[in-house]
Amino acid sequence: MGLDGLIRSGVGGVEVPNFEDVPVTDFGDLSEAKVAIVTTAGLRHNGDVSVWSPQDASFTVLPSSMRDMQLSHFSPNFDRTGFAADLNVVYPIDRLDEMAAAGEIGSVAEQHISFMGAQFDATYSTILLDSGPAAAKVLIDQDVDVVLLTPI
Amino acid sequence: MGALARVFEAAGLATVGLSIVREQAENIKAPRFLHVEFPLGRPLGKPHDADFQTEVLRSAFSLLQRNDVPLIEDFGGEPIDDETGEMASCVIPPRDDPAHHPAVNEALALRPAYNRQLAAADGRTALGRMIDADNIAEAVEKIIALADGSSPADVGLDGASTRALTHDLRAYYEEAGLALVDHVPAARKIETWYFQGTETGKLVTAAAQKLKDAGADYEVWFYMRPGTQA
Repeated sequence: MGLDGLIRSGVGGVEVPNFEDVPVTDFGDLSEAKVAIVTTAGLRHNGDVSVWSPQDASFTVLPSSMRDMQLSHFSPNFDRTGFAADLNVVYPIDRLDEMAAAGEIGSVAEQHISFMGAQFDATYSTILLDSGPAAAKVLIDQDVDVVLLTPI
Repeated sequence: MGALARVFEAAGLATVGLSIVREQAENIKAPRFLHVEFPLGRPLGKPHDADFQTEVLRSAFSLLQRNDVPLIEDFGGEPIDDETGEMASCVIPPRDDPAHHPAVNEALALRPAYNRQLAAADGRTALGRMIDADNIAEAVEKIIALADGSSPADVGLDGASTRALTHDLRAYYEEAGLALVDHVPAARKIETWYFQGTETGKLVTAAAQKLKDAGADYEVWFYMRPGTQA
């Protein structure tokens, strides 16, 4: 087993709520869709990286033009040099801009969102009932159709 | 991430996620995931490879038309298996000021490389929880003291700030290390260089062990370095 295999086996079985249903939204034409990124990489604005701790279920709004964001995820258990070299390997904002220019997607949202992933049980209720719906409103208010979720 | 997908779908937003830990994606029952068996920390696969990243995105977006949820499809493109315990070859310029501990000299010698990487990345960094680059020597001195058996309180830290300080040191070293090689090394090679090949990285490991042995909270010492380096 490789190094990542050790981490995957360690976190893969983390307990999650037992949901009965699976909500799903009908989707139309990708070439007309406005797309936003919601990443759980724990990205923040430059200079706003504080001691972000486990079980922080808050989110940060990232303007689409921002490139100097800071990685503040609390977990040490992933490679950080890929993001340091090329933010698109986690937060593919340049790729979305290219796909919009090529007509593959309709447009790119003006604002994107970052949470901090690898959370534990205590944050699920906050994400499901509070910060998650608040983030959805940020996206719906700018007429987003599709959310691309990226981990780190 | 899967919990967010559920919230967004319920609010009328179509979602597709990149799964990097398959078992988690299965358990949370989110609608649509593309599973990518890429190194943790690189969910789009390859830094500076726009064609590969776009291929991943096209594969993900192709799932949006499907409503047979929950679904997890494996990325069908080229796999990546480059996470490795090998050490990157980052040559640190010698600096031997007798007034400083070798680890402090090492950190100060990396400053030009850190600055080059920061500029190359348009200001993007993971440094900044507790310190900026101007405070790197003081930060290393705190780790030296912890590795010698001082408590966090002895050096003006608590549990959370001890953890944050070690994350800052790692960010400074890893980002400087990127500027000392002419390519982006495979995942974790620079991590391994930092923890096994540098004075400060080895001190962080020693400090974590000291804190563990002294009975410090798990959330302090455990998160000072990755499980892959424990």
